[in-house]
Amino acid sequence: MRADLLTELNAERAARRAAILVTDIADGAQRLVKEAEIAVDPLGPVLGKHLASAKSGLVEVDGRTLFLTVHVPPVRLVVIGAVHISQAMAPMAAGLDLALSVIDPRTAFATPERFPGVELVAEWPDAVLGSRVPALDRYCALAALTHDPKIDDPALKAALAAGCFYVGALGSRKTHAARVARLTEAGFSPEQIGRIRAPIGLPIGAVSPAEIALAVLGEVVAALRRVPRPEAA
Amino acid sequence: MLSTDTDILSAAESWRRDGRAVALATVIETWGSAPRPVGSHLIVDDAGNFLGSVSGGCVEGAVITEAIEVIEAGAPRVLEFGVADETAWRAGLSCGGRIRVFVERVD
Repeated sequence: MRADLLTELNAERAARRAAILVTDIADGAQRLVKEAEIAVDPLGPVLGKHLASAKSGLVEVDGRTLFLTVHVPPVRLVVIGAVHISQAMAPMAAGLDLALSVIDPRTAFATPERFPGVELVAEWPDAVLGSRVPALDRYCALAALTHDPKIDDPALKAALAAGCFYVGALGSRKTHAARVARLTEAGFSPEQIGRIRAPIGLPIGAVSPAEIALAVLGEVVAALRRVPRPEAA
Repeated sequence: MLSTDTDILSAAESWRRDGRAVALATVIETWGSAPRPVGSHLIVDDAGNFLGSVSGGCVEGAVITEAIEVIEAGAPRVLEFGVADETAWRAGLSCGGRIRVFVERVD
């Protein structure tokens, strides 16, 4: 690979834009196709298909074997609530290659001592999403863990509007019923609201904060790997 | 250090910037049970330092050896690894799968 292509590819990744590297495996000839260029590329349809599934693979074009390395933006995990579950989740998320941001306006919870090495923002979610914390997008997972509608709801609304691939909210069925009523009142459709995973997490009988963190992360990974990604805009 | 798919290509760039010769190995095809998915990367420098993986550790040694040759020769190679056979000299995948790995030099 040419060093300039590698630099260009890493720049696209850093900017959270998808790109596909096309390699002729017979001679190693390569070119980089950025997300915005796919529509006008000669290989547009096949590239679009691979981007939609986010899967790399070999394709045969005009007797040549090409390998498509599909790069979609690194997955981010935004957690609302600097709570005990989030503390347990931080090292697990790092191991799973999920870039974690924890947002909680309650400064007693959001202390660096409780979250060493974690991007921690002691502000209201609606005040920082899109500024101090990059705007949510479809390569983001959002987990709302505060139990407090004042803090959780604005983040859930932003996540649904942004098409996050995973949206989960902590709380009992009763709490969730009240949440559904509030979101309906706010104009969200039943389909949108139905995307919220509640009760949050895979049903593994989780009891401790670390077990709940594991259940949530398991559900995030399942959403990431099993469900086809939405078509590129 | 735990390395993830996210930082391997960034590491390749910084290794190059540090003046190290680098080869990039990519899983391009898998059959049956394969430990790492298509698109997985392993980078190797000319001293044999590596980051990432293309299998569960079964064939990395062989890939590193070939990668160092690719760094010297310049032309890319496609390597294929299958079920380990005690009579075969090559490394194999004990999981029973087969993989093809593209190895290229970062110029």
